[in-house]
Amino acid sequence: MADYKEFLNNINREAYHEGEWQWQEGEYTVTRTYHYSPPGCHNSCGVLLYTKDGKLEKVEGDPLDPHSNGKLCIRCLNMPEAVNHPDRLKYPLKRVGKRGENKWERISWDEAYDTIEKKVKEIKKEYGSESIVGIHGTGRNINYQLPYFYQAGLETPNVAVMFFTGFACYLPRVVGSFAAMGEFVIVDASQAHEDRYMNEDWKPPACIIVWGNDPVKSNGDGFLGHWLVQCMQMGSKLIVIDPRLTWLAARADYWLQVRPGTDAAMALGMLNVIIGEDLYDHDFVDKWCFGLDALSQRVAEYPAEKVAEICDVPAEKIRGAARLFAKSKPSAVQWGLAFEQQISCMPLTSATISLFAITGNVDVPGGMLMVRAAFDTQRMYNYGEEFLPEGKMAKKLNSDAKGIAESSIVPHASSDVILHAIETGEPYPIKMAWIQSSNSLACPAMDAPRAYEALKKIDFIVYADPYMTPTAVAAADIVLPVAMSCERNSARSWWTPLRSMTKVTQYYEAKSDEEIIVDMGRRLNPKAFPFKNDVEFIEAYIKNDGNYPGTFEELRNKGGHEYWEWDTIYRKYEKGMLREDGNQGFATPTGRIELTPNAYGFWGLDPLPYHIEPPESPVSTPEMFKEYPLIMTTGGRSWEFFHSEHRQLKTMRELHPDPLMMLNPETAAKYDIKEGDWVWIESPKGRFKQKATFFPGLKPYVIHTEHAWWFPEKEAAEPSLFGVFDSNPNNLTPAGVVGKGGIGSPIKSMLVKIYKVEEGVNDQVMPTMQVTRMGGFKNVTK
Amino acid sequence: MSQNNEKTYGILINYEYCTGCHSCEIACKKELNLPEGQFGIKLTEIGPWQINEDKWEWTYMPVMTNLCDMCSDRVAEGKLPSCVQHCQAWCMYYGEVDELAKKIDGKSRMALLVTKQRDGN
Repeated sequence: MADYKEFLNNINREAYHEGEWQWQEGEYTVTRTYHYSPPGCHNSCGVLLYTKDGKLEKVEGDPLDPHSNGKLCIRCLNMPEAVNHPDRLKYPLKRVGKRGENKWERISWDEAYDTIEKKVKEIKKEYGSESIVGIHGTGRNINYQLPYFYQAGLETPNVAVMFFTGFACYLPRVVGSFAAMGEFVIVDASQAHEDRYMNEDWKPPACIIVWGNDPVKSNGDGFLGHWLVQCMQMGSKLIVIDPRLTWLAARADYWLQVRPGTDAAMALGMLNVIIGEDLYDHDFVDKWCFGLDALSQRVAEYPAEKVAEICDVPAEKIRGAARLFAKSKPSAVQWGLAFEQQISCMPLTSATISLFAITGNVDVPGGMLMVRAAFDTQRMYNYGEEFLPEGKMAKKLNSDAKGIAESSIVPHASSDVILHAIETGEPYPIKMAWIQSSNSLACPAMDAPRAYEALKKIDFIVYADPYMTPTAVAAADIVLPVAMSCERNSARSWWTPLRSMTKVTQYYEAKSDEEIIVDMGRRLNPKAFPFKNDVEFIEAYIKNDGNYPGTFEELRNKGGHEYWEWDTIYRKYEKGMLREDGNQGFATPTGRIELTPNAYGFWGLDPLPYHIEPPESPVSTPEMFKEYPLIMTTGGRSWEFFHSEHRQLKTMRELHPDPLMMLNPETAAKYDIKEGDWVWIESPKGRFKQKATFFPGLKPYVIHTEHAWWFPEKEAAEPSLFGVFDSNPNNLTPAGVVGKGGIGSPIKSMLVKIYKVEEGVNDQVMPTMQVTRMGGFKNVTK
Repeated sequence: MSQNNEKTYGILINYEYCTGCHSCEIACKKELNLPEGQFGIKLTEIGPWQINEDKWEWTYMPVMTNLCDMCSDRVAEGKLPSCVQHCQAWCMYYGEVDELAKKIDGKSRMALLVTKQRDGN
């Protein structure tokens, strides 16, 4: 194992300037701080920023930072290339040609703000503030900032990751956890303790299920994936549940190669074994769980043999994995995005919670740690909703159907209902969108061609980003240049520790997310924006909304982080730390972990878990499967990119030049595809192309495609539009197809066919041309 | 190991745990300011292929090139070589080869890599 004590003992603390936040090293000024987007990531690792003459020259990891111990991924190591890239937006721009022509004129910030203020006030007066949609991307350093601006500044209840059906990322796991346990949980890799792997209370998980994610690449949800590699070196065994072989799967005791979209059946099968073979923790269940009898009856319907058939995994492996998980103490589950990208999302979430709950692994060292954001800086997407004018909350565009979306637990409006409003004007028209930190067409937009048409219908669009993106070219009217992480003061607390970012450089006229928000908020709704500058906005969040006792400057001077005791304490339910009444137990209606969550019943969901077939599959649509005989899964991460970012950078493209479609060599032979061939992937909804790469770690009937590709090197103006639809799997994904309760989307299990791209035969019309000039994929033109 | 009293330094790689994350490659490229196509340390990849029903081969191993100077300037300042400092997988160790060799216990797959540090013969 990597000996943590030896590591700490051997660091030369003087060489790394322990106790200082800024110093001089030769010609460089060095600043100890944290990185947190843009460019994006779900983590904030400790960095040493080397600057000279106002320019970022080099980024190193900070070996004295307990969160990441000086380790850095290539996106941070290569940050100077992103920060200093000539393609970056330097000034505010207004559109002077037609949308899509990429014709812009430089304007001042004052002119940009004046134009926007006038428009917003007109729209609020004529149509109501609900006619404005606030759009952001995945969780990163806009998590509390943009929701505050949209709700308190633009005064709209309609905030969403637009064109992203079924809240298909993370939020459902959070909602499901609160329903069952009243808290959220993460794998305890010692990250809550400042002394980390040396902490006396902590021990490594004996067994970890890595389920539906490749965390060493993705680092999702505030969890640094390589912590698991450290745990492995300390003895943790792995069970990996994934249709695709990962590096972790290759080292797992059990790799359960499920058919895409059948994970809930796997969870039920494992519960069947654990309950059926009496491997659960009776003491914990008796004291702290509710609903085991009902759960036992349900899982009895899912014996290993039946699950083996559904999931295409041998029954003996299912039993073996279930036994290993139940008999190891402690055990933990690193769950991932695949949970939401199938329509069994909610039952899968509750069944997985039951797996680690009945085996006694909740809030124990090396188990599933109950966490809150450090210093109670808990509010994210609902931050600022208290400033919505009276009556506006009731206008939030949510599904009328009973479900999770219409309850107040999901702070977002429904993307699909907003899409409907854009397209039809019902129940009211959408007149403006403010898009910040989201390249909608390249990344989140399911049915991207439909999203393209929808954006074109919105009268006025403000777009803020560090780069000109295809989404901006297609639809923006005003473009605002956004500062990158080293150009911005900020703070974050997605779990722990609380961390700060220190501004060390300025890029032309770019402003940080906070600066834009404060400038614009003061104009639109001064009473909600009493802040003189970015730092006052940040302090209001960490000190007033949270309870951090220091100032932003104090946090910075400490080296940018502070750990929080609450997260370090185990078995909080025994200590009266979870319930408002201070009693023992969990913050649920029964005070116990609810294996059959009462909240599910309230939302109109079956509180007991079940398997449901993907809407397209060999089982549910056998006729379609004859013509489209491959299951496409999509969205696996790469080292080089965070979603649609980093495609401009030559170092990243040196390592990863093209979008890659992985397929089993057997499948490739069947379709006469050679390694490196460009291949069309097609469904009845449309097509796109990626480059074939052989990968034996997929079943012959499954292919994997990469998401979020666009080509900054291509022409920006339509019909080229940076080639945003050419390699885009979202030409095939559906909007509006969701699981029960309005949650989950089947985009990792779609039926497709593939054929080689043949020059002059079937490559005459590229998908981007088809979408921007020919009205979309009503007929695929070859 | 060395023929005179000069110590020889190397990098021990516990390559069972190398995830292939490229951090060593890029950290080195940035430290040495190397152009496209050149590396001071470069990953090699073996696999993935299936060994039997339950076992897969998929191994990464970084190899130091002739451009590697073991970050002599950094080391002189008391810092770690850049590849070792940034290795996300905690699978690289820098030190004097006799000390590093003591970590090799046959329980993991390891390789001790040494660059040419002085004239041979």
